[in-house]
Amino acid sequence: MHEVVTIADPESAADELAEFDGAINSPYRALPVIEFRDVHLAFDDKVILDGISFHVRRGETKIILGRSGGGKSTIIRLILGLLKPDSGSILIDGEDITALSEEEMMTVRRKIGMVFQEGALFDSLSVYENVAYRLRELNVAEEEIEREVRRMLRFVDLEDAIDKMPNELSGGMRRRVGIARALVGDPEIVLYDEPTAGLDPPTARTICELAIKLRDLQDVSSIFVTHEMNNVEYLSSEYATVNEKGEVIFEAEGERLCLINTEVLMLRDGKIIFSGSDEKLRASTDPYIRNFVFGK
Amino acid sequence: MDLIGVGSTPIVLLTGFFTGGVLVLQTFPTLEYYGVQSESGRSVATSLIRELGPVLSALMVSGRIGSAIAAELGSMVVSQQIDAMRAFGTNPVRKLVLPRLIALISMLPLLTVAADIFGLIGGAIVASGIYNQEISVFVNSARNGIEFEDILGGIIKPLFFGLVIGSVACHKGLSTSGGTVGVGKSTTDSVVISSIWVIIFDFFLSKALQYLLGIGRF
Repeated sequence: MHEVVTIADPESAADELAEFDGAINSPYRALPVIEFRDVHLAFDDKVILDGISFHVRRGETKIILGRSGGGKSTIIRLILGLLKPDSGSILIDGEDITALSEEEMMTVRRKIGMVFQEGALFDSLSVYENVAYRLRELNVAEEEIEREVRRMLRFVDLEDAIDKMPNELSGGMRRRVGIARALVGDPEIVLYDEPTAGLDPPTARTICELAIKLRDLQDVSSIFVTHEMNNVEYLSSEYATVNEKGEVIFEAEGERLCLINTEVLMLRDGKIIFSGSDEKLRASTDPYIRNFVFGK
Repeated sequence: MDLIGVGSTPIVLLTGFFTGGVLVLQTFPTLEYYGVQSESGRSVATSLIRELGPVLSALMVSGRIGSAIAAELGSMVVSQQIDAMRAFGTNPVRKLVLPRLIALISMLPLLTVAADIFGLIGGAIVASGIYNQEISVFVNSARNGIEFEDILGGIIKPLFFGLVIGSVACHKGLSTSGGTVGVGKSTTDSVVISSIWVIIFDFFLSKALQYLLGIGRF
């Protein structure tokens, strides 16, 4: 015999159902952190983005691949609100930012850490002041600033350089300071704009490891713009975990485990021509993608 | 403020000194022809305080400071430091433009006054050293030649010139595009445009001050 349930109030039943659904598939997880809906942007006659739609889930890293000048960095500038799209909408944590004023954008930007191409450190400020910049703007107490700055510089392994000026640092160190500066205030989103461009392979690897650590250990959502395939390789095939001694170690995905928190998006002439896992990217038969991935 | 004020002092003083000197050098024979060489102090003082002091100081500062501001802000744009600033929730105009404008507007009148004084000293030295005029004659004629309104006008002008130089330099610097070549272009543009504006502005300011303060009308 089946028990018959009569629904007295359909609305409250729907609520209950939604609650149940939410328990399995938490809305916190389900809501994309970043979402682009049919975004168009052109400078004069040059179309930069031509109907871009994608989303980044919480804790996910989206690698954006493409040739230089193909609109990759533009996507990041749009998320930060440094540029406004011609049409379409951009949602951060479900909030449409396209209509926000510069003042309102400041609140949204607090959730975002940004790693610039060459580091973009302030030349006239020391490493300490660079990393402390954001907290100073928020009038945080000096002791707390120092604690936070040291914590971030330890994370990028540069605590010794705290009193140096940016021009005394190597390219790789500048990027790492740039990362430390971006991470102050524990942003839930971190955007990387070609963070490894022009670096030697071991240093580039270190930068990727930092990004992996943030993704796997701190649940940071990010967009990683690059044109270097070894970055894709590291980010989409390795994960960070903590061993019995409490040290952070990096392991490669294997037979039993496949990383699903990193996806690749490929741009060409302002359009998305590929979206999916790195395995799918490598298996693609599209001549343009094969040329990009394998260099021939 | 230190860079703009103290740093520019030597070139502005030198400019003032030699301009005052050359004014006497060139006008003394003409004044002598009309038999009014005793008025050389007056001619130097009025031209320096009303016109040459403010304009030449502004041109020197535009070359030295305007270019530096445009280049610095331009480099910051090119190296994405301005983007970084905005990304970290700071308004670059409030943080970078405002202090530079305030420094220029407050420093340029002081530099102008210093240039005027050195110009008069230069004139006096030439008058007595080359044309054997008594220093006291030069000083008296200079003192009779200038009025309070002249000095006031000579201080009001550089206030506006400071604003012009600062706004042009900041605007050009912040609107830089096209990499390091763009920085060079912004710097040149900043000096050229602010110099031209100073000269054009000077004419209209002189006219306005003539009308408002009655300068130069007998």
